[in-house]
Formats: sequence, C-alpha cells, structure tokens
Amino acid sequence: MIRFENISKIYNSHSVALRSVSFEVKPQEFLSLVGRSGAGKSTLLKLLIAEEKPTHGKIFFDTQDILKMRPNELPFLRRQIGAVFQDFKLLPKKTAYENVAFAMEVAGKSDEEIKSDVPKVLDLVGLKDKMNNFPKQLSGGEKQRVAIARALVHRPSVIVADEPTGNLDPINTWDIIRLLLKINELGTTVILATHDKEIINALEKRVVSLENGSVIRDENPGRYILS
Amino acid sequence: MFVKLSRIIKSGLINFWRNGWLSAATILIITISLVTWTSVFLSNVVLTSVLNVLSEKVDVSVYFNLNAKESDILTLKSKLEGLGEVANVEYISRDQALKIFKSRHTGDEVLLKSVDELGDNPLEASLNILAKDSTQYTAINSFLNQDQFKNVVSKINYTENKLVIDRLNNIIRVLRESGFLAGVILAFIAFLVAFNTVRLAIYSSREEITVMKLVGASNRFVRGPFLIEGVLHGAIASAFSFAVVVSGIGFIGPKLLSFIPEINLVNYVGSNFWSLLFFQTLGGVALGVFSSWFAMRKYLKI
Repeated sequence: MIRFENISKIYNSHSVALRSVSFEVKPQEFLSLVGRSGAGKSTLLKLLIAEEKPTHGKIFFDTQDILKMRPNELPFLRRQIGAVFQDFKLLPKKTAYENVAFAMEVAGKSDEEIKSDVPKVLDLVGLKDKMNNFPKQLSGGEKQRVAIARALVHRPSVIVADEPTGNLDPINTWDIIRLLLKINELGTTVILATHDKEIINALEKRVVSLENGSVIRDENPGRYILS
Repeated sequence: MFVKLSRIIKSGLINFWRNGWLSAATILIITISLVTWTSVFLSNVVLTSVLNVLSEKVDVSVYFNLNAKESDILTLKSKLEGLGEVANVEYISRDQALKIFKSRHTGDEVLLKSVDELGDNPLEASLNILAKDSTQYTAINSFLNQDQFKNVVSKINYTENKLVIDRLNNIIRVLRESGFLAGVILAFIAFLVAFNTVRLAIYSSREEITVMKLVGASNRFVRGPFLIEGVLHGAIASAFSFAVVVSGIGFIGPKLLSFIPEINLVNYVGSNFWSLLFFQTLGGVALGVFSSWFAMRKYLKI
C-alpha cells in the first residue's frame, strides 16, 4: 500500500535526516515507527504527506509515485491520508465541529453528509458535548481527540500519527492509543511514530526502528529496542 | 462549484467577524491609505485649478497704429484664432478703449478734460490674446512679428512682460512636477503601509494556512476566505474613507472658496460623487484583495 524505496533526506552535510530507508506498509496494518528524537520518524511522515521532498528515493502510495505528483494533485493525496500531530494543529478560530467539518468541506462532501457524519465522529472520540468549543477551551487530550476525529472523518485509507501522545498525560495517552487501535480494527492502516517504550511494548504490533536516519530493525510483532 | 463558493464566502465572513481587532486594525490602516490617496488626488485637482487660474492671468496685447483699418485688425484676429496655440482673442476698438479709459479714471476731471481737449481719440485699438498654454506666447509673438503685420502693429507688450511670463511659467512647471511627484510618493507610502498591515495579518495566520493544506485543502479553498476578508476590509474602509473625505471637503471647501473663488471643491465632489465613491471602493477592494493574495503566496507553497 505504501512503499518507501531508498529514501534519503539530506538538509546539509551536517544534517542527514534519513539514509536509504526502504520498507513497505501493508493495507490495514498497524505499524509503529520508533527511535530517539532526531532519528527521522517525523521526517519520514512529512515525506509521506508531501510536506517535504526527499533528496533521493521514491515513495509510492498504492500505485502513485508521490514525488511525481503535480502541486494540484497533492490535496487529493492528503485527503486519503489522515494526519495527527503532536501539537494537534487545529484551526484556532474554528470550533471542534468546524475543525472536523473542514476536512469534509475540502473533500467536497455535501452539507447533509457533514451534518450527519461530524457529530457521529465527535461522539466516537467522546467529544459530542464539546463540539461547539474552540480549541483554546479544550484540554490537550480533547484537542488530540478532535485532531483524530478530523483525520478520520473523511474515511482515509491511512492515518499517520506523529507523536500523538507527546503532550498528554498517561490517562489521555492510553485513550488516544485505544482509539487508534479501534480505528485500525475497523480497517484503516495506522502508522504511529513515537518514542514511548511502554506503548510500543504493550501494542505487540509491527515495529520499524530508526537510528540516525537508518532502519536498524523491522520486526512483527516488535519491541522497543534501541542500541 | 456553487457549494464550494458559498463555503468560501461563509468562511470568509466568519473569519472576518472572529478576527475582531485584527480586522478593525486592517480596516483602519486601509482607510488611512484611501484618505491619503483621495487627498492627494483632490490636492492635485486644486493645484491644477490654481495653476490654470494663474495661467489665465497671463496674456499678450497687440496695439495697432491709429490709422490701421479695422478690417485689417479683424483679419489678423481671425488668423490668430486659427492658430493652434491661441485659446481666445478679444478685440478692443479705439472707441471701446476710450470708454474703458474713461470709466477707469472716473473722477479724475483733469485727465478726462485733457483727453476731451485733444479732440481726437488718442488711444489705439488692440487685440488681447490668451494662449492655451502660457509657454506658447513665444510662438504667438513670432507670428505677430512677421513683416506683413509691421505696418499696422504699433506695439506688442510681450517683450515687456517676457521676464514675468517666463518666471511664472517656471513656477507653474516646478509646482506641477513637484506636486505630481509628491503625490506619487505619498500614494506609494500609503500603499506600502496598507500592504504591510495585511501581510502581517496573513503572517499571523501562516500556521493555519499550513494546517489547511495538510488536511487536503486546495490553494483556492485556502485562499478564498482570505480574499473575501480582503474584499470586506477594502469595502468597509472605502465607506469610512469616503465619509472622512466628504466631511473634510464640507469643512475645507467653503473656506477655500472664499480664498480662491474659481475653486469650488464642494461642487466638484457633488458632481463627481458617484465616480469618487466608485474609485474609492475599487481602490479599497483592490488593495485588500491584492495584498492578501500576494502575501499568501509563499505560505501556499506546501
């Protein structure tokens, strides 16, 4: 479904983010990308949603070569990938409802679909009663749940989550992880980037370990082991 | 297409309202720019009128020998009227000249009696020539100095007034050029201030723009609401600016009229009301939309 082929990302001679990274993600898989800060996890996810371009290599999403896409084709790629970030990246001047609805609006969904689906998804993440709150009126865990609802609402085939629990307390952390597992069980591929050892060891899913921009281990099921 | 457009408009209106102080600050700065632009324009109208009034004060008179035939003078008059440089030619016959002289010196009995005692009218007929442009008097003077007119023309006062005319022409030229240049510079500064205010407003939304793009929004869908905000900023600012300008003219116009009777700014604004309102709105909206569109370009490259 997703294939990274010999991906390198070199910012300058002193800063090499990724070195010849190659692996494949299968449909409906739950894959964790682990590594210390600066190992290249976030860079890899940024390349997948075309936020940045690699220096070398190819990235395939289904049969499409992401690097050969024209700028006006990128929105269509991004609508197939739901992204969740450590800093939530919610639109501050939109309510929880509007943030989630925005993802459907850009995809051209009808008003009826939006009115029907957004409350359901917010209910799924446990925020139905806070749908009219602005992000500044929500806690960190609630913001992340809105972000997941936004990533989920247009039914993408993949969800990429970059350190989604990085800013959360343990209770909220496990709420978010359980939510991601539930989404995966419903058939959506999930790629989770994290450096939380406890989560990885508890998941017992495939783990790709990165160190200094290179893949040092790819195991299924895997554990959090860094040299 | 219609659904997307209505979403863009709705989103622009909501953003405009929720941005509160930022919208108010942007409107204020665009208002100041528009008031500056309109003031520069109206100052130019006043300056041009003042310079035209000054130019009309300059003319050249040709005096004719006492024995010159009226038909010769009228032939010269029609020839002068055929010249491209000449705006108007006024013929003053010897009798009219005497009448003007007498009315000008009413009460000066000695002078009037002396004229009467001469028996014959001592005053010469003349043509007062007004050029379309005060720099064209040299060409008119050359035309009058031709040999064919030498036997009828007694005197041309151009030579006597040449220094004053040249000096006035220089002042008019410098004022026109410096007025235009100062206007262009002031208008450009006003544009830069408004443009940078909108740029700062867009800069404060750069994170939002990135997020919208990562969620899968197309450039048009991201840019649209900002352009709608730009239209609103410009349209509201032009309404405020127009109110300020109209009130200002209502206050300054009558004072200026008593100072220079030829310049009636109140009438000018009255007769150009709709075109002034139209160009102010066009200027405001263009400023708001162009600034937003231009300032967003680099944040959309993701």
